[in-house]
Amino acid sequence: MMSLFEQKVSELHERLHKKEISVTDLVNESYKRIGQVEDKVKAFLTLDEENARNQAKRLDDQLVKGENEGALFGMPIGVKDNIVTKNLRTTCASKILENFDPIYDATVVQKLQKAETVTIGKLNMDEFAMGSSNENSAFQATRNPWNTEFVPGGSSGGSAASVASGEVLFSLGSDTGGSIRQPAAYCGVVGLKPTYGRVSRFGLVAFASSLDQIGPVTRTVEDNAYLLEAISGVDPMDSTSANVDVPSFVNSLTGDVRGLKIAVPKEYLGEGVGEEARNSVLEALKVLEGLGAEWEEVSLPHSKYALAAYYLLSSSEASANLSRFDGVRYGHRTDNAETLIEMYKQTRAEGFGDEVKRRIMLGTFSLSSGYYDAYYKKAQKVRTLIKKDFEDVFEKYDVIVGPTTPTPAFKIGEKVDDPLTMYANDILTIPVNLAGVPGISVPCGFAANGLPLGLQMIGKHFDESTIYRAAHAFEQATDFHKQFPKL
Amino acid sequence: MSRISMEQVKHVAHLARLAITEEEAQQFQHQLDQMISFAEQLNELDTDQVNPTSHVLDMKNVMREDVAKPGLPVEEVVKNAPDSKEGYIRVPSIIE
Repeated sequence: MMSLFEQKVSELHERLHKKEISVTDLVNESYKRIGQVEDKVKAFLTLDEENARNQAKRLDDQLVKGENEGALFGMPIGVKDNIVTKNLRTTCASKILENFDPIYDATVVQKLQKAETVTIGKLNMDEFAMGSSNENSAFQATRNPWNTEFVPGGSSGGSAASVASGEVLFSLGSDTGGSIRQPAAYCGVVGLKPTYGRVSRFGLVAFASSLDQIGPVTRTVEDNAYLLEAISGVDPMDSTSANVDVPSFVNSLTGDVRGLKIAVPKEYLGEGVGEEARNSVLEALKVLEGLGAEWEEVSLPHSKYALAAYYLLSSSEASANLSRFDGVRYGHRTDNAETLIEMYKQTRAEGFGDEVKRRIMLGTFSLSSGYYDAYYKKAQKVRTLIKKDFEDVFEKYDVIVGPTTPTPAFKIGEKVDDPLTMYANDILTIPVNLAGVPGISVPCGFAANGLPLGLQMIGKHFDESTIYRAAHAFEQATDFHKQFPKL
Repeated sequence: MSRISMEQVKHVAHLARLAITEEEAQQFQHQLDQMISFAEQLNELDTDQVNPTSHVLDMKNVMREDVAKPGLPVEEVVKNAPDSKEGYIRVPSIIE
């Protein structure tokens, strides 16, 4: 490929500083690559080319004057389409928001503006972030850049595929049950779900508010640390954002993991986990051991209950959150209704796709009178047990390691008719959201069919630094991140 | 035999403000039943002494000073509304 985007943020920053390249070169690189491969990858729902090129010119003027201090200055980024961008169409990949034109920027988008990145466009996803394959987008199915017959994962499939194919340097995704880490694993890139509360959710169209987090998708761990640093921090507009210090995540990348205590849950290598995923993790543990880390097998005994608890909780929260889409204030409104209540019902029937309807139905059912205690409240109690599992392990260990997904990416169409099999892709990522802890996926090998595999590293609340340090040390000792898909 | 009746499916769809066809109702009946059977594995766990978690962080009410700030301009706010007039959003009539 020999693209500018094979270089890291820090290298590109240095080259900008030395005037070897301009911001316009970086933005040109993005749109050139999009012109070459987007037909095959289908990662973008909306491009913002004119604004991006104008902004590149402005930033180049600043560059001449030496006003380019920020680490991310001039870097081309893609943004998942459930993060609102003022005057730039934001659809959540849903027909109900097909022509929605936001009137404000999400906090993370304001932070990107402050960091002076250049937004290239909005990225495809499963509708309202509900899905694991991008097949639930109302507009298009994004393809896996390593083999376009396969899914890129989801729901942040566009975020992962655009980075893997070199269309952008990096991107933002969102993760409710694995929606950053799973596509990052399937597409061979680095994806982090921060600790719940680390990043403001203001302007992220809510799916399940107690689980959703925005996070970075990048080619390298170092780039990921730079991007997280830029978007983190408490926000008066999001009362669930946490008032904790934002450390320099980049400074944590020391390469030193001597004495690091790694826990490997037996449940993450057991039933339902494919042999290739398991072997790649065992190989990765050897690498980490060689670097001076120690690992032991542990148990997260309630892991098998996470999937059921997650679907009850996330669907319940979704059924409440998505009630705002009723054809009144924004989005699609039906032409086929006489009364207000008919208008609500018909608008939603026309605007939502099958998976979204299914989850609204499940959520409404589990919150309905007579079922609340048996389903919703029960799931909240099981969530407590799952969270406790993690707390117990983190009393003795620094990091939990396992596969990100049980298998590599599957073929487009393979699981689309079977919700429960589809949901099983997320068994290793969902517990992390339920516990609210941070998790990262880094490339750790390739399956026999040539598709990437991901290693998941999970940390304590607000200890992204340690998982970054471990992931970076592993990355530097391997060369999986130096391989690029041939498109 | 599904443990969820068609009437229940239609009631839930009504609560969710979702118009569904007869065919969709049958499909939801089947899928909801499947998912609820799956969810019932949670009953293997004794949770009598366990408190529910609704939020993972130890967080109390977050308060701010009660200070008036400018809101969004009305013309912006109604910009995305399918039907609006003079700064108001119009919907089908609610009362006769």
